[in-house]
Amino acid sequence: MPARSPALRRYLLRLAVLMSLYVVLLLGAVTLCRHDRPEGALAYIVAIAPALPVIGVFWAVMRLIVEETDEFIRLLHVRQCMVATGFCLTVVTVWQFFQNFDLVPPGNGGFGALLFWFVGLGVGAIYNRFTMGTAGSCA
Amino acid sequence: MKNRLKVLRAERDWSQQDLAVRLGVSRQSVNAIETGKYDPSLPLAFRISDVFGLPIEELFLRE
Repeated sequence: MPARSPALRRYLLRLAVLMSLYVVLLLGAVTLCRHDRPEGALAYIVAIAPALPVIGVFWAVMRLIVEETDEFIRLLHVRQCMVATGFCLTVVTVWQFFQNFDLVPPGNGGFGALLFWFVGLGVGAIYNRFTMGTAGSCA
Repeated sequence: MKNRLKVLRAERDWSQQDLAVRLGVSRQSVNAIETGKYDPSLPLAFRISDVFGLPIEELFLRE
């Protein structure tokens, strides 16, 4: 089996396409809002446009888990996602309570749960490395 | 679960990569199974059994 499985190669391709699309849509939405701020339904469409490729990344990760034929590598991916989800929920929950008790200012500076989930993937890879001896093919 | 994969592999002078290719899995998978970090599924255990030409109970040991 090659270093990168067919499922992983497809995932990396999907990720590259989706991230490129994300950059284009984000820059487009920001530019549009700065020059001629849309209103009504169009404002919602412009706002959600950059989120669509990000949602696509979640789909790509799930497809990687489904399509990976190496059961041990698939286990590593699942563990990585579980750690990422736990990490993300923990950070967001703690931050929420900090806000509830006025310890931190409201808002999140434009960073939602997404950022922490991606950071959590990195934490999950480290966790795999220490507990299973390898982070998997994608690390 | 303990297993005899490392010994059997050495007897055949196969590297982990050689066995991985025969099984159609990654080298990391072979290493994880050999070191007891991962117990293979029944289908993979049967594939390992076929590759070594031995019954499963001679590959994996009850603890």
